[in-house]
Formats: sequence, structure tokens, C-alpha cells
Amino acid sequence: MMPPSFLDRVVRFLASIRLTAVCLVLALGVVFWGTLAQVEMGLYRAQHEFFRSLFIYWGPARAAWRIPVFPGGYLVGGVLLVNLIAALGKRFALTPKRLGLWLAHVGLILLLLGQLLSDLLSQESTLHLREGQARNYSEAERETELAVVEAAGADTDNVVVIPQRLLAQEKTIAPGRLPFAVRVRKFFANSEVAEPTAAAAQPAAATQGIGRHAIVRGLARATAMNTRDVPSAVVEIETPQGSLGTWLLSEFIGEPQSLVWSNRTYQLTLRPRRYYTPYHVQLVRFQHEVYPGTDIPRHFSSRVRLSRADTGEQREVLIYMNNPLRYAGATYYQSGFDPDNHGTILQVVRNPSWLTPYLACALVGAGLLIQFAIHLWGFVFKRRTA
Amino acid sequence: MKVLPKLFPWFLLALFGAEMVAVLLPRKDGEYHVNEFGRLPVQLNGRVQPFDSAARNALLQIRGTGAVPLEEAPAWRFWRHGRKLNATEWLLEVAARPEVADTRPAFLIHHAELLGELRLQDKGVRKAGLRYYTFAELQPFLGEINEQALKAGEVKSAERTAFQKQVLKLANALELYQRLKFTLQPAGVPDFARMVADFQRDLGPALAAAQASQSSQDFDRQALERIAEPRREFRRMARWGYIQTVPPAGAAQPRDRWQTLGVSLLESDPDGQVHPAALYLATMATAYGQRNPEAFNSAVAGYRQWLAPRCERELRKGRAEFYFNRVKPFLHALIIYLGAFLLAGGALLAFALSRNWSEALRRSAFYLVLLAGTVHTFGLVFRMALEGRPPVTNLYSSAIFIGWGVVLLGLILERLYRVALGSVVAAFAGFVSLIIAHNLALGGDTMEMLRAVLDSNFWLTAHVVTITLGYSATFAAGLLAALYLLLGVLTPLLAQPLGAEEAGAPAAPGKTPPLLGQALETMVYGIVCFATLFNFLGTVLGGIWADQAWGRFWGWDPKENGALMVVLWNAFILHVRSGRLLRERGFMGLVVFGNIVTSFSWFGVNLLGVGLHSYGFMESGLKWLLFFMGSQLAIILVGLLPLRRWRSFRAGAGSPPAG
Repeated sequence: MMPPSFLDRVVRFLASIRLTAVCLVLALGVVFWGTLAQVEMGLYRAQHEFFRSLFIYWGPARAAWRIPVFPGGYLVGGVLLVNLIAALGKRFALTPKRLGLWLAHVGLILLLLGQLLSDLLSQESTLHLREGQARNYSEAERETELAVVEAAGADTDNVVVIPQRLLAQEKTIAPGRLPFAVRVRKFFANSEVAEPTAAAAQPAAATQGIGRHAIVRGLARATAMNTRDVPSAVVEIETPQGSLGTWLLSEFIGEPQSLVWSNRTYQLTLRPRRYYTPYHVQLVRFQHEVYPGTDIPRHFSSRVRLSRADTGEQREVLIYMNNPLRYAGATYYQSGFDPDNHGTILQVVRNPSWLTPYLACALVGAGLLIQFAIHLWGFVFKRRTA
Repeated sequence: MKVLPKLFPWFLLALFGAEMVAVLLPRKDGEYHVNEFGRLPVQLNGRVQPFDSAARNALLQIRGTGAVPLEEAPAWRFWRHGRKLNATEWLLEVAARPEVADTRPAFLIHHAELLGELRLQDKGVRKAGLRYYTFAELQPFLGEINEQALKAGEVKSAERTAFQKQVLKLANALELYQRLKFTLQPAGVPDFARMVADFQRDLGPALAAAQASQSSQDFDRQALERIAEPRREFRRMARWGYIQTVPPAGAAQPRDRWQTLGVSLLESDPDGQVHPAALYLATMATAYGQRNPEAFNSAVAGYRQWLAPRCERELRKGRAEFYFNRVKPFLHALIIYLGAFLLAGGALLAFALSRNWSEALRRSAFYLVLLAGTVHTFGLVFRMALEGRPPVTNLYSSAIFIGWGVVLLGLILERLYRVALGSVVAAFAGFVSLIIAHNLALGGDTMEMLRAVLDSNFWLTAHVVTITLGYSATFAAGLLAALYLLLGVLTPLLAQPLGAEEAGAPAAPGKTPPLLGQALETMVYGIVCFATLFNFLGTVLGGIWADQAWGRFWGWDPKENGALMVVLWNAFILHVRSGRLLRERGFMGLVVFGNIVTSFSWFGVNLLGVGLHSYGFMESGLKWLLFFMGSQLAIILVGLLPLRRWRSFRAGAGSPPAG
């Protein structure tokens, strides 16, 4: 057992206002550095390296090693959270005079916890619909999956999906529902698929399907805004009787490639990861207005029809800027559109803790307001009676 | 001699007040009713505005000024205003007398390399170090400029060199200028009014002939040929026209279906009628071109009467915005702020010399800040009414509003502590923020329409106004803290006890009156609290708006990060103070540093250019931003001098502050 005086000292340190001050300055440093870094590495990567990390690493431009040089967002935020909770327990007695401060700090704890939860739990995807089209899934923006589809009837498919996480390990995967194993020979998080040229004597990417006439090159991950990765994989299909050859699968290729094994046809595709919903969303009409004589957008809206087979629910909803649709734990936002104005791109967000910032904001706002009102009252009152 | 210090403030207030009243009074038109013309509504950039605004913004883009001076008045004869064309007069010339307009020095080129390339170094009019050129002077180089601009256009905008940017800017200015020539008539047609009138007469027969020809009957070939030429001219106008001058034809048309004159004339076929507005506009052009004031004035008056029952709202909007353009409330407020700043500074310096005169100057400054603040508020509210929006919709209006917020805080402080400090801060911030706004306005229309994402008056009010007030408070606190450090090191003022008058309340019997330094500390602390509250609320409300708009409470976007940094810094200051981690001057230094953090999040993130617009002002803006940050660091360094070097706290000057 630790001596109590030591524990006491630790608690006092964790609850100290010096720690708060240090954390606040470090947080400012992280935010500042992370903002500057976005110019170079783009928003997505900067977020991961600066804000969603324990440490910020640095190394010379070409060196393979990098050392932690500064605490990252998670570390600073985590220490601040511990500090807040400790201080609330140790130093803040809930008295009427300190009610405001108490409320504000409880609100802050809620805000930090809520953001941590959002970070861990929220799931973003997009739903791209042409007018008239209906879908019961949305697609991840930065995650791919390998789908093996077997037509099982007029309108049912058997689908086996291998997530990107497994593909990236470049191992052999043998799902029990398939009569063959998928050996991932190569996986590219970002890549370029091209026709082979005479000059570059690179062998064809695969022995079957489109890959016979194509080559694939790995690229660095896309970081700029509005660009996305094009993942590709070269897989070998291994049956108990031996290999069927290799296939090049890529999001660049779009249409599925087929493979026949023991008189059954399977379709292989690499596609953005899908999140299925128990309901369909259909785009009825997309509208895009600009201000007259300009190309400044004035209004985008998507009229969609929700239909749910199991409950028989059917209704039309208008989604537009600043007016999302919240349904069944998901929120649909107007996010983009097709250049020809006949298709819409909806952002789909599932975030179970979306309400916490609202509550936190109310708590902190009320707390600060009470505290400063008390101060102001004291100030004015003192002047009056002085 | 007691009377003079008493009267002095009132005299100054009356002087500046009288000037403002003179500005606000309506002015008479000259021989040509150009002002009446300038008030007429048109549509441009998706919004209804008067000719005057369209002209002003075009001239700003081309020349960088709101008027075209016609003669050089030597700078030392400041009372003599040289003759000049205001924006509407200039537009009218471009549209109706292009041959004269071509000889006006309307184009600003200041890039040395570009001037060298075009061999123009020794031509043009030189004014205040800048060179202005006429269209006629540039005409021989149009081909070359276009060629260079095409090349520059192929480069990504972030990677363009200064030369490429300037070439593009010049090419755009030249194109805009040439398009403006098609506002009221096609360039090169001597009597456009007659052409439109004849077209009106010939249109019916021509339509009949066209119908006959389609059903392969005999038709009047000449009737068709008679409208061929005017239609060719109209097509030219439709192709180049820029300002949409013709209002929607009937009550059935949507209110925003304005057209350029050329398009309207081309589309007059189906019903065989020319839009009445087209006839009026063509008459104005021809009358102005042929120097016929009576015909011009009667066409303007006739058009206004025609509009009155049909476009009443648009007509009113045009008049109101014209008035706003002419009064220039922010320019006048800026001048008065400058005067007030000098007076308030004088009051501080005279504090130890003559309480009477110091008080007179302080009062004068306070009155002038009040007056300037009133004018500032008038402009702010007028703009809100014109736009139908909350006060902040873009960077320009944020500058105006941040300044306004600091002025308000300064005035309140001055009421509480009558020591001229509030006035110094208010006048300084008002002056600087309006200068910034003035420069931002050079980019063009400041009342542009809001993109769909931002089009929510509720969230604009809740988030933008709150956070802007937070920035105001941070700046106000930072300026006061800078004053504390400067006054403390350079003057003995901080140790001066405040009298009953200055403290706003008599000292309690037996208590020592507060020192100026202590009063300042109280003020700064109060404002930092206020700043924390507003910055926090504003930032979180911004997050909530983002959650409503695209489902992400926080996205680490540069602008969000900027706001967060201000919140973190204010929170840091409050914790340092409540934990007594630093003494007074350290605390003040931190508050001054808040100026740097806030200016970074206000402008710096725009300069980063990550997913945000970059403004033309921004290139020179960076220089000024760095200068400002440097100056604040210098002030913090000055504050780091040991207290015994501070004039306020030297032995004998007073006791150093506790804490």
C-alpha cells in the first residue's frame, strides 16, 4: 500500500490549478500547431496526428524514425478531464456563492466526455441518390470492403463481406460461408489503376478478370479536401482443389467481376463499406437554386421518400441546408449534389451522444452567467455603498 | 479661466455634430439629375441595388477608389477639393459617353513588373505614389494583357505569382469596364433611343412577316430586314451586358427575374412589345450622350414614375441604399474617432499637469466617442435594415461590429471610471476597426448574398453575433492591459489616487481612494470574464450550428480552432488569476497576448487559406497582422521590465500594487 501522504500529494497535484493552467496552454499549443499543419497535410490527417492522438510525433523529413515531441489532443484532453473531476471533488464545495463555477465545470466535464464518446461512437457515411433511386444502405467515405455476392434468388443475394481492417493485414481469409478461401496478396489503401504501357515493363496485376489487362500502383494516402483514396487489392482464390488465379479488385473498377466455382457464380467487388438500414430512402426530387445572375447557391433541397417494409411506414420529407432529417438514430444532412442537378449527396451521421454538447453548453452558459452576475452585482453594490 | 475648460467640450461636440448634420441633409442635383439616376434600382450579384452601388463596386474593382478625380489639387491645399467624378457619374459616362470615359484615369496598376512588361512606366497619372491609366492608354495592349491573363489563369490560384495575380486582376478590370459600356446602349450607336423606338414600330410587321414566311405564304422581306440590324446590336448587348437594369415585366413574373437591357430587348418578340423600361433607359443613354439635360432628366423622372406603382419596394431600396452610400457613416465615424483618440490621449498626458484641462479634454473625448458611436450605430443599423440580416454576415461586417462592441464597452467603462481610459480604448478600436473595414470593402460588394449554408438568420444571430462580441471584449481587455503596461512603465499615472469624480463614487470615509492602476486591473478582469462567457457561448453555439447543418459538432476546421484558441486563452488567464500564479503585470501581459490570439483567429486563419476564401486585401493584410502581433509582443516585453524601473512604481511614486 502506498503511504497516504503520497496519495494525498498525487490527488492534490491532479486537482491543482497549476495543472489546469498548464493543460490549457498545452491545449492552445496543440490547436495552434494542428491548425497550421492542416495547410500541409490536410484536415483529415492533421486531425489524427494532432487531436486524436496521445502524442505529436516529429522526425526529419526523410528519416524513418519519429519521436514524440508534444502531447496530443487525447492526452491533454484526458489530463484536463481528470484535473476537472479531481478539482470538483477536492476543491469545489457546492456553496451558493460557487454554484455558477460548479455548474460551469460540471458542464465542461460533460462536454469533454461527450466529445470523447462522439469520437469513439459516431459513424459517418454518405448516401448518394439519383432522382427516383432508392437505397437501404449508406456508404463509408474512407473505408472499403471486399464483397463476395452470390445470387440466391430473384431478389435475394448471399453476401459475404471482408472489411478493410482484415484486407490490410494481407492474410488468407476463409469465411465459413464460402467454399473457398480468399488470400489477400496485396492491399493498397490508395492506388492508381492503369493500362499497361510498353515502356514500363510491369507485369499485369492479376491472372483473371480485368486485372489481366491492367497494372496497379500504390499511392500515398489522399489528404487534400475533396479527394479520396482509391483502394485496390490483388486477391487469390484458393479452393481445396487448388488456386483459381488472382483477381485485381479496386474501387476504381466499379463493376463486379465474376468467378465460377463448382457450378456457382460469385461476384467480387471492392466497394465503399456499406451500412444497411431496415428502411429505404428514395430521392423524389433534388432542387438547386442560385441567386439570379450569379452562381452563388441560394438553396439546395432533397425531397425524399422513406419507406419501411416491416412497419409499412411511408412518408415524404424535405431535407435542406440547416434542416436535416433525424430518423431511427441516424441524421441525414444535405451535403452535396451531382453536377447535372439530378442527384443528391446526403451525409448520414449516427452519433448516440449528439445531445451532450447541447446540455453541456446550457450548463456552462448558465454557470458562467450566474458567476459573472454575482461578480457584477458585488461590484455595483460596493460602488453604491462605498 | 474656469469657463474655458467647461465650454471646450461642448464647442467640439457642436462642431463635429454640425458637420454630421450637414452630411445627413439631402443634397441638390446639378444640371443633369445624376443623383436621381443613381437611385434607380437595378439587380446585380443576385440582389436589388441602386445604380450607384453597382457603379461604386465596379469602380472599386477597377480603380480601388470610390470616385475618379479629374484634376490634381496639391496636397498642401487641403481645403480645395479637386473636381471629381463620383461613381454614378463615371458609370453614366462609361455607359452613355464611352469616348469620354475612355480618357479618364480609371485603371490602377501598381505592380512594377507588369508596368515594365507593358512599357507603361512613364505614362498614366501619378497620385500618392500610385499610377492610374485611361482605357485609351491601355487599349493597344489589350491583346497582350489577355494573353498573359490566359496563361496566369491556367495556374492554380494558390500558386500564382504576384505578377500573375495582377495580370488577372487587370484583365478582369478591363473586361468589366468593357461590359459596363453595354449597360444602357451598345457602344458605337449614336442614337440608340431612336433605334429602340424604330424597333418598337417595326416589330409588329416583322413578326407578321415571319409568321407568313413560316406558313410559306408571301411575306414582307423588308419588314424582316428592318429589325435585323437592331437585333444584331441587341445580341451584342445581351452577350456583354453586366448590370440587370430591366425589372420583371409583369406582376406574374417572379420578383427576381431582372434582365440586362440586351436580353430584354431580344425577348420582346413574342408579344410584339418592347419593355417600357427599355425605352426609358435608351432615352437616358442617348440624351446624356447628346448633352441634352432636359431629355435626360425627363426620362429619369418618367422612368421613376413608371416604376412607382410596379416596383415600389425596389425603388425604396434603391433610394435608401443610395443615401447610405452617400452619407458614408463609417467614414465620418472614423474621422471623429481619430479626433476623440487624440483628445483622450491628451487628457491622460495632462492628468498630472492640470486637472481642469485634463477633465476638459477627457469630457471632449467622451462626447466625441459618443457622437462617433452614434454615427457608427446608425450605419450598422442602416446596413442591417438594407440587408435584412443580423449585423455580421462577412469579414467586412465583422470588422465593423467588433469595433462597435469595443466602443460600447469603452463607453461603459468611461462612465464607471472617468479617467479617459475607456475613451482611449473605444476611440482607438473604433478608428482601427473601421480602417480595416474600409480596406476589406475594396474587394467589392460588401452586401453580397449569403451562400445557402449560411442562410439562417437565427444561427447567424446566435453564433456569429455572440462570438464577435467575445472578440470585441478580448480586444477591449487587451487594449486596456496594453495601456496599463505602457502607462505604468512610461508615466507615474498608475499610482495616482482617483478622486471622487474619477472613481464615479466618493471614497468611503477612512478608506484610501483606489489608485488608477487598481481601477484598471478591476476593469480588465471584468472584461476578461465577459470575454470568456461570450467566446465560450459563441464557440459552442457555432458547434451546435455545425451539428444542425452537417452533423458534426466539432470538425477541427481552422475557423473553429481559432475560436477555441481564444476560449482556451481566456480560460487560462482566469485560472492564472484565481490561482494567483502570476502578479499583476504578468496577468496584464497575458491579457495583451490575448490580442495576438484573437487577431490570429479573426484574420490569421483566413490567411492560411485552408478551405476558405482568400481576399484581395489579404496579401497586404498579412504584413499588417504580423506588425500588430509584433507590436503586442513588444508591449509585453516592455511590461517585463522590473517594477523598480516603472515610472509609476519607483520609490516615492507610490506603493506597488499588492498581489
